[in-house]
Order: sequence, then C-alpha cells, then structure tokens
Amino acid sequence: MKFFAALVDYLPAFGHGLWLTVALTFIAAAIGFIASIPLVLAILYGRKAWKLLAKGFITLVRGTPLLVQLFFIYYGLPALGLRINPFVAALIGFILNSAAYQAEYLKGGFLAITTEQMEAAYSIGLTKWQAVRFIIFPQAFRFAIPALSNEIIYLVKYTSVAYIIQVPELLSQAKFFASDTFFHLETYLLIGAVYLALIWIVSKLTDALEKKLYIPGFDISHLR
Amino acid sequence: MNDILVRVENIRKSFGKNTVLDGVSFDIRKGSVKVIIGPSGTGKSTLLRCINMLAPPDSGKIWLQDTELTAKGTDLHQMRQKIGMVFQHFALFKHLKAIDNVALGLIRVKHLDRSAAYKKAMADLDKVGLAQHADKYPAQLSGGQQQRVGIARALAMDPLVMLFDEPTSALDPELIGEVLQVMQTLAKEGMTMVCVTHEMGFAKSVADEIIFMEAGHILEASPPQVMFSNPQNERTRSFLHKIAELYGETL
Repeated sequence: MKFFAALVDYLPAFGHGLWLTVALTFIAAAIGFIASIPLVLAILYGRKAWKLLAKGFITLVRGTPLLVQLFFIYYGLPALGLRINPFVAALIGFILNSAAYQAEYLKGGFLAITTEQMEAAYSIGLTKWQAVRFIIFPQAFRFAIPALSNEIIYLVKYTSVAYIIQVPELLSQAKFFASDTFFHLETYLLIGAVYLALIWIVSKLTDALEKKLYIPGFDISHLR
Repeated sequence: MNDILVRVENIRKSFGKNTVLDGVSFDIRKGSVKVIIGPSGTGKSTLLRCINMLAPPDSGKIWLQDTELTAKGTDLHQMRQKIGMVFQHFALFKHLKAIDNVALGLIRVKHLDRSAAYKKAMADLDKVGLAQHADKYPAQLSGGQQQRVGIARALAMDPLVMLFDEPTSALDPELIGEVLQVMQTLAKEGMTMVCVTHEMGFAKSVADEIIFMEAGHILEASPPQVMFSNPQNERTRSFLHKIAELYGETL
C-alpha cells in the first residue's frame, strides 16, 4: 500500500502533532479546572464586584466564537506589541474557554445541593468558607464529574481548531500529509480514527476517576 | 437567673410580607425539655433557626448564657457549636462516612487532633447505637440510623442545648422509636432540649413544658399534665384533639 509507505515517513510528524493535541487538551483542562473554582465561588459567594467580573468573563468567553478569540489572541494582540507563539496562543484560548465552561458545570453541581447542608455545616460551628470547602464543594464537584468529563472530550476535538492559527497539532499534520501525498480520503479516515481512539481513552480515564471517587448516594442508580 | 441557659426576648421575623414570628418570648432552663407544637407554618422551625441564628430575627433578643447572640459582632460560629441542631431531613453530609460526619466539627471547629477526634466521634456514635455503622455513608443507612448519626454529630460538639426540628416526621413509623429512644435517654441524662415534634408520647414522658404556637405567637405554654388534661385555649384544645385522632392516642 502506497498510503502506508508514505505514512511511515510522516510518522514522527504525526507523533509530534498527537503530542501537541494531547498537551493542549490536558493542560487546558487542568488549568481551566483550577481557574473555574474561583470563578464559580465568585459567582455564588463573592461580593458584587467579583460576581460581576466573573459573570462578565463567562459571558464574553461563551458569547464569542472560539475561532474569533484565537484570531484575536494570535493575530490581534501583536498589534499591541504582544507576539505570542501559536501553541501558547491556542493554549491561552482553550484555557479561557475551558475555565468558563467548567465554571458553569461546577455551578450546576452546586445547585444540586440543598440549603440544609449549609445549615447543618453552620450548626456545628463551621464558618462559611469551611462549609464551602469541606461540605459544599466536595459534593458539588462529584455532581459535576460527568459534565466535567464531557468538557475534556470537547477539548480533544476543539484542539483541532488550533491548526488555523498554525499550531502543528494532529489535524495540521494530517493536512500537510494529505496535500503532499493526495491521500485525502485515507488520511482523514485515519485521523478521525485517531481522535476516536483518543476520546475513547479519555472516557475510560474519566470513568476510572468517577469510580475512584465513588460515594454511595452520588450516582444515578436510584433513578433506574 | 443563673440556671437560665437560653433567653428569647420578643423576637419577630418576617419573610417578605409574611410574618412568621410575631413577638415570641421564653426562657429555657438548664436541663429542661421544651416541646413546641402547633399547626404547620406557624413558625416553629423558624423559631429554632432563630435560636442558633441560622435565621436571625428581625428584632428582639436571644441570649445564650451571658452572650447576646443577636448583638452585632457576636462570633456566631463560636457560639453555634454550643447549640446542637437536629434536622427534619437529617442533613447529614452526604459525601462523608458516619464517623466523619461526627468527627468533622471536632477537627475543624474544636481543633482536636485526629486520633482524639475519631475516638470521641466513635464514642458518640456508640451512644446512639451506631458504632458498627461508623464506616457507612449516609445513603447506606436507614432514615432512623441517619437521624441518630445527626444526633451524634450534634452531641459531639458538647452543646449546652439541643434543638430538634421535627426529628421523626420524615421517618417511617417503625423507625421513629429508635430515634425517640435516643432523645429520651438524652433528656433523662439532663440535656437541655427544645423539640418541635408531634410525638405526644415523647412529650408526655420527658417534656417539662409544652408550648403551643399559632400564627407566630405562643398561644399557651404549660406542663404536659396541664396542657393535655385542661388546655386553656380553645385552639389548643381542638389542635390536641386532632393530633390525638391522628395518632390514635388518648390524651
């Protein structure tokens, strides 16, 4: 098969692309998650100014296309003297997006918790922040795990958009390869399968995490 | 004066236009057991939530010993650990095992070291008969067991007074007994208690005083013998009658 013969030469490039895709996904998911915590706390418990700031950020990020944001960061910011390499530009865009979306998912988890949990926490003498830290957040997080898992899956696919701002990630490599060799059909079939495999691995990982963090009462078995 | 633990002075509380407490006053003596009864929506639960300032009153004063809880600047978190609360729907921390529910306050509020906290928590679970269920999560316990963990959680903080907000009304009939038994034991050991409950058998056997509330007022307050045999107020009479019919008890 000519396709596979050609592919062998390109394997290192594909490997590099895959690595960038994975790196973009996991760094954006991890930093996005950490950033989503202050965001959701500001929205739910913050003073008015913090609340407005957090809500404004989320509205802005969710209300504009990802591609517009990436173009702004990569092509727009140099006009202000900020030149950023493509990978970092993409990473910034994905982190901002992921933080905004994960904050919303976490918020959904908080909404599943009854007022009595807070009252009970206060009744034994916990302060507000202790109550949020030890009682409310751990429960909200568990309720949000399925949505957060989804976010990582979305991220794997969104990273392909980074090819438009010259990040040599998986799709970029496929595009180089296909236009060099004219194996368009085979290339995109293959690359689709690679994304599918990546997402399969991600969902296995998040399933394992969910199992590890399993607590009776935090599942949907009672709805079956 | 010295044996008065809690003093409630003319408290009022509204939610929007709805006046829930309309000038309520009473004292709770050390070691006494008060049972609050009355139709639903008359402010019984709100009254309990005022006492530990979960729902601060709009006006009026609440004292715990020499500390005015309603005063500005009172460290409520410090004071609340002295007021145990047991909730209608248990309100256990669902992500924590029974033992951790009980130990959390000891570690985070009382700053006991872990081994001392768990030892004390285990003793409190044992007191409510649940030592063997220490490692179970709330979802793995029956309602009666969950409520007993709730009692142990409150007890662990060594409160001066315990508030019970309809502790058995969310329970299946066959589970009510185990919770009442724990409450009865506590009462006999001298715990100061305020219970919103319609368990008249419990009220008769341990209450020093029954308070009948309606529409945000205390309509009548008297020892159970008086309340049950000779209620002064027509409303009290008819309410007790209804309760008796419902629970099939002869008062």
